[in-house]
This record gives sequence, structure tokens and C-alpha cells, in this order.
Amino acid sequence: MTTQAKPEEVSAGSGGTPFLSVRDLSVRFSTEDGVVRAVDNLSFDVAPGSTLGIVGESGSGKSVTNLAVLGLHNPDRTEISGSIKLDGQELVGAPNRELEKLRGKKMSMIFQDPLTALSPFHTIGKQIGETFRKHTGASKKEARDRAIEMLTRVGIPQPTSRVDDYPHQFSGGMRQRAMIAMSLVCDPKLVIADEPTTALDVTVQAQILDLLKDLQQEMGTAIILITHDLGVVARTAQDIMVMYAGRAVERGTVREVLKAPQHPYTWGLLSSMPSLTGDVNIPLKPVRGTPPSLINLPSGCPFNPRCDFREKVIGGGCTSERPPLSPATGHAAACHLNQAQRQDIFIDQIKPRLG
Amino acid sequence: MSNELTLKPASPAVGSGDPLLSLTGLKKHFPVMEGFLFKRQVGAVHAVDGVDLEVFPSESVGLVGESGCGKSTTGRLVTRLLEPTGGEIRYAGQDITHASRKELAPIRSEIQMIFQDPYSSLNPRHTVGSIIGAPMEINGINPAGGIQRRVQELLETVGLNPEHYNRFPHEFSGGQRQRIGVARALSLNPKLIVADEPVSALDVSIQAQVVNLLQELQRELGIAFLFIAHDLSVVRHFSQRVAVMYLGKIVEIADRKSLYESPRHPYTHALLSAVPEADPDDDRERIRLTGDVPSPLNPPSGCRFRTRCWKAQEKCASEEPPLVQLSGNAANHLTACHFPEDPAPAAVPAQRAEV
Repeated sequence: MTTQAKPEEVSAGSGGTPFLSVRDLSVRFSTEDGVVRAVDNLSFDVAPGSTLGIVGESGSGKSVTNLAVLGLHNPDRTEISGSIKLDGQELVGAPNRELEKLRGKKMSMIFQDPLTALSPFHTIGKQIGETFRKHTGASKKEARDRAIEMLTRVGIPQPTSRVDDYPHQFSGGMRQRAMIAMSLVCDPKLVIADEPTTALDVTVQAQILDLLKDLQQEMGTAIILITHDLGVVARTAQDIMVMYAGRAVERGTVREVLKAPQHPYTWGLLSSMPSLTGDVNIPLKPVRGTPPSLINLPSGCPFNPRCDFREKVIGGGCTSERPPLSPATGHAAACHLNQAQRQDIFIDQIKPRLG
Repeated sequence: MSNELTLKPASPAVGSGDPLLSLTGLKKHFPVMEGFLFKRQVGAVHAVDGVDLEVFPSESVGLVGESGCGKSTTGRLVTRLLEPTGGEIRYAGQDITHASRKELAPIRSEIQMIFQDPYSSLNPRHTVGSIIGAPMEINGINPAGGIQRRVQELLETVGLNPEHYNRFPHEFSGGQRQRIGVARALSLNPKLIVADEPVSALDVSIQAQVVNLLQELQRELGIAFLFIAHDLSVVRHFSQRVAVMYLGKIVEIADRKSLYESPRHPYTHALLSAVPEADPDDDRERIRLTGDVPSPLNPPSGCRFRTRCWKAQEKCASEEPPLVQLSGNAANHLTACHFPEDPAPAAVPAQRAEV
């Protein structure tokens, strides 16, 4: 059941029916200061067995989007509109009982910090088995066996004895492995990994990413990988969506977005990352300023106050009109610059910096 | 970020040939106590176990390694926030290993520290003005024009609005807080700054802003840096010399070019190969290190890396490799390994291929 999409394959629409399809999703929170538009009109698809990398700074709406998919927002304080279809089933507005049946079984989540996501009071085995028992009605014994099997699968040494350990007895990398075991215990078809390696060292990060990739090939799981590290995405994902201020600003395959990026924000992200080969005497070129407040977004393109290429737009639509993500499928960017301008700017000014 | 630097360059304390800071066989063992009522020592965590390192005036030395390898402890020993167990720390020729508080006072103002977490290293009840001014007050320094003017000067130097001196830390974003930490470190015209993971808590674009700021300061003010980080690309960008630590010891130290282009120690090689690059054509051979760093409570005999090394032989267990210049190495490229890698493997990818 390896339905691994090839890197060149565009998952958006072309790879058969997507397993997860999000259309015009908006998530708003009411706070004392005003309404926070955390996610605004976001659409994307994830094909079965493929990996979508969502990249962006803190506060760009990456995590909020995925908590909405899992239905983990507090309904009293959150306003969700649009449509989220998982395997054809509508999730927006679905009763909590329905969602509960899906969470852990059809879709599951790997959290960033395993130390806070795991309960310190329960053994690893019990926490892994809990999900399994809930969804399959298995006995305690069966759940324990399943937990051991999962621990073996994610490469924990001596799983039969480690299954009775508490999270504090595991190292950081092993805890993240246990989290992965927990999320995969019911063979879900969609796994959302929210910064799964941010808290880990490079060597352990490489181990975890390889593990996720291997398990995906083995089980045909679709993965949404949320990260701020473009290097991690380049290594694991087939498609990338770059988010800024709750919106998608660029979307495409890994090759398209990293090799020929079209949005000034993506350029900024790429040129602010030091590489292992670039010229050390060229200073990094960070994106100016700080991300905008989601309560009071700049008019027009939300990126315009930090954009270096605003004056190049003919007619100056950046401050008045919000650019749509176009074209509708394939490699797309939400920017008023026309295709030829983007091409020229990237080749003349951005590419030489990337080493 | 083209602030005018308003500080006077610190004149080198010693002739350019002498190191500003030199560590010889530096050790820090944390005792492990056990027992009720009568505590006795049952072991020791060998956090730093014989580190030799020199930092020359206006030079930046990077210290990299996985978590738990003793990088931060080394930084804290240098600033004498921890008392060394053994070895020697010399600052500008003066032995400060066990110097008393009183003897340290004049030196403390010359060695400053920038901390990792800008959220917990600033007192939330103090205004930015009093945070940055505190070092001057404590040291009884009264700059021309008063402390407030100097604080505003410093705020401008690090790219913050000088009028914000009476704001509180919570009113600033993560990147801005880190700038406040930098301003505080600069307030006494230090000659050496120990920066402990100064950018790892920040988003990529903000990270680049802070790295650029530090680089500018280093260049213009001639401050020497001991730059502790786990991100190898950032270290390469910022430091002229890089030392790789593993389990309390330096395993390899070299000029940046030599270390990144021809690493000799298997651990350095593995670390470099684990760094994900934002390049879909990145097809470097990846070394999968298995397992975690062994416990520093009971480090392996001989070479400490042997438990994870694919080249380990019997000699590695019995004999500790000395840190020496191997044949084929550039000058000042020291490696501690019995069976080093070939001098010029392609540890870093060739230039990015054309689109």
C-alpha cells in the first residue's frame, strides 16, 4: 500500500481525489481587543500518501489551521467557516461525538513538545494503548501488546520493558518516537505533525524525519508537516504551502517553491537562512520588521509593509487590493507583481544570495 | 539595519598575538548526592571534562554540539557563573579560575553574556531602561550625559526606538527582547561576549536580523564572541573558528573553512550531514547516527564517541585519542580521533545546481 506520490506530482487536484480537502477556511477568535483573524480564506488539498509542508513564522496560522482540522478549538470562542472534508466527510460543524470517532483513528497529531504533550502520571504503554482501546474496544492486554508492537516499529530499544516506563525516563528523541507511536497506533490515514523536530538536535531530527518517511511509505499515510524550517520541508515533503498572516502566499511542489520561488515573503525566508555552502561574507538578508497583528491587518496585501518590491507594482495595488492566490492549481503565489517581474527579481537579486 | 554605531571600539586588551581568553583542561563535575540525612556523593556528572580553548581579541569562536554535550556549561564557567572543578581559565593573561567576587569585579564588566531565552532572561517588573542601565549602576559607572542617555544610545545601536526606554519587556516581540539582551551586554563596553544560543528561540527571519546585528557589532566594536549554538549553518555564518563538542570534550576544532569543507572527526561529519538544507537537489550522503548521547554520569572509556561511531575498533575503547593536528589538515585544525575521515570528503554539497 505504498501510494507515495512522486515529488513531481502536483497533489492539488491532479493526484485523484484528495484525502483532505480544505476550502475557504476561516478561523476567528473573539478577544477583548477585537477579532483575531487567525486563518483567512485558506484552501488546500492533501493527497493520500503524500506530505504537505506548511511553512511560516510564528503567528502565521499554521497551527490554528490544523487544530481546526482536528476540531480542537473551543467552539464557544471560535468562529470557523468554510469547509474541511476528510475522505469526503464534512468536519466543519460536525458534532463533537463524530469528531471523537475520527481523532486518533482516521487522523491524528504529533505535537511539538513531547514532554508537555505526554502525561507524566501514566506509563508510555498506557498512553499509547488508550487510543487503541477507545477505537477498537481492545482489552488491556491487547492494548499493551499493541503498544509494544508500535514501540518496536518506531525503533525504541527493549520495547517490552520500556513500555512500562514513564515519559521522564525517556530522552527527548525517544519521547518524540513514543509520540509518533501513539499517533500511529490506529493506522490513521492523516497525520498532522506540528513542528515535530523543533525541540530536537540535528542528529535526532534526521532520525525522526527518516522514521516518519519510512512509516509513511509503509502505511501510506498522508502527512501535514508544520514547520518553520525550509530545510526540513525540503527533505520530507512533496508539496509546500507558505503561510503569512493566516493566508497562503505561495503554494507548489517542493522543487517549484524552493528552486523558483515567486513571492517576496518566500524570498525573504530563503535569504534569511544561512546555508552550509553560501558565502559567509554576504550578510543575511532578513525580512524587515515584524509580523503584523492579526487583529488589525494592513489593508491590501498583508505583507506590503515588509515588502521591498512594493513600488514595482504597476498601479500600486499593494495597499488597496488583496492579491489572490493564482493560478488556481499548480505553482501559485499571491502577489501583485506580474510573472515577468517575479522572474527577473528572483534571478537578478535573490538567487545570487542563495549560494 | 544600518544603525550608526555610537560606541567606541574596545581597544584590544593585549597584543594581538595573545589570546584574550584561554581555557586549559577546564573541568566541571556536578556531584550526584544520595542518602537520607547523611548525603554522600555517589557519582558525578562529567559535564565539561578537560576543555582547551583559546579566544583571541575580536574573534568569534563557535561552540557546537548536541544538547547535553557541555556547551552551555562551558559558557557559564567562562563567565564564572559556575565554579570550575579543575583546570584553568585565564582572561587577558590573568588567572580567574577561582578568583573571588572582589577580584572578579573589574573583569565581570569585560565579559558579558547573552542568554538563549529572551522571555526568561529579562525581569518582567523592570523597564527596559532599568534593565539596560543596571550593569552601569552596579558597577558605579556614570557615563557622560547620564545613564538614561547612554541607555537610549544603546537602544539605538541595537535597532530599537530610544523612546521606548520606559516600556516593559512584555511590550516587545521575541526578536526585540533579544535586542534588549544584546544592549544590556553592550552597556559596559565588554571585550568578550558569551552568547548562549542567542537566536535559537527566534523565527528564521528574526534570527537573521539578530545574527546581522551581532555581526555588525563584532566588526565595528571589535568584541570577541564565544558563540554557543546547535545550528551549524548559523555558527558557520558567524564564527571564524568553530569547535565541536561531544560529551564534555572538544573533538574537533578548526577554521570555519577547514572544518566545514574537510571535517576529519566522524562526529563532525555526521553532524554536518544531518543539517537539512533548503534544496530539493540536496543528495548528500547522510550518516544516520543511532541512539542518543550517552550519559555524562558514566562516559564511555577511551573515545567517548565510540558507542555511536561506525568506525570504532578496540583501540577506541582502550585509548583516548588526543586532540592533535592530523596529517593532511590545515594549520590549527585539531582532531581527536584514531581513525579519522579522509581529508576532503564532500560533506557539504557542491554549489546549488541551476534551475
